[in-house]
Amino acid sequence: MILQSFPNAIPFHGLIGGLMIGLAAAVLLLGAGRVAGISGLFARASTLSKSGPPWALAFAFVLSMLAGALTIDWINDGVTAIYPSSTILLIIGGLLVGFGTRLGSGCTSGHGVCGMSRFSIRSLIATPVFIVAGIATVALMRVIGVTP
Amino acid sequence: MIRQLPIFILSGLLFGAGLAVSGMADPQRVRGFLDIFGAWDPTLIFVMGGAVMVMMLAWPLQRRMLHPLLTNKFQLPSRKDVDRPLIIGAIIFGIGWAIAGLCPGPALIGLVLEPLSALIFVVAMTFGMAIYRVLPMP
Repeated sequence: MILQSFPNAIPFHGLIGGLMIGLAAAVLLLGAGRVAGISGLFARASTLSKSGPPWALAFAFVLSMLAGALTIDWINDGVTAIYPSSTILLIIGGLLVGFGTRLGSGCTSGHGVCGMSRFSIRSLIATPVFIVAGIATVALMRVIGVTP
Repeated sequence: MIRQLPIFILSGLLFGAGLAVSGMADPQRVRGFLDIFGAWDPTLIFVMGGAVMVMMLAWPLQRRMLHPLLTNKFQLPSRKDVDRPLIIGAIIFGIGWAIAGLCPGPALIGLVLEPLSALIFVVAMTFGMAIYRVLPMP
């Protein structure tokens, strides 16, 4: 499937991947009674969070994520991942993402997928806020001529 | 606890595989979604839409269950107050997300797809979380 106006988009892969992510979150919710928020699970796995599932379970989740991605990487003979060439931008981005997701209690998965689908007021506010902040940041970087 | 292990493994596998299939493992594509003044790439909407659709079926199911399949109670976020840390945190996260094109999930699976660059980001992200941990928060 190709979107005529957006030749770069991969809507079919996006939708299939999205359904898989939704299924992953549903399995965790209905099977273990937990929300699949990656920032929270990772914080737990790296012992930086007091709340959440037992450490071993969070750690197993993160390891399994890597295994899942690696499997697709093998099947597909590679998964495209074009990273910023600037180390300093990777570091600044990482610091802000780590701090911001803890302060704001979640990221794209916790707020964007699990919270919004539950009509949680906090997630319905946080998600558009981080998307608009992201759009403004990319626009600003464009204006001042910083490319990652 | 050990009874829940298969759930966390299955969910993690699906999550990581889903991210890799969706195109969201690619920071350039994620930045493309945020780049509405450039060559805008709407793929992320399909990803989030697909995931939200499944979860919109899961939540009503959850409300009808007395407890999760493999443990004795649901442990879910319960807060309903929109406070300053939520907004400021979301803004800071959004800025970082846009700068590198990475949020936590894609960054973690990046460790097996583009290890060197992803490791730099993940180490910095862990530092960011550690800073939050040691800062006195209200």
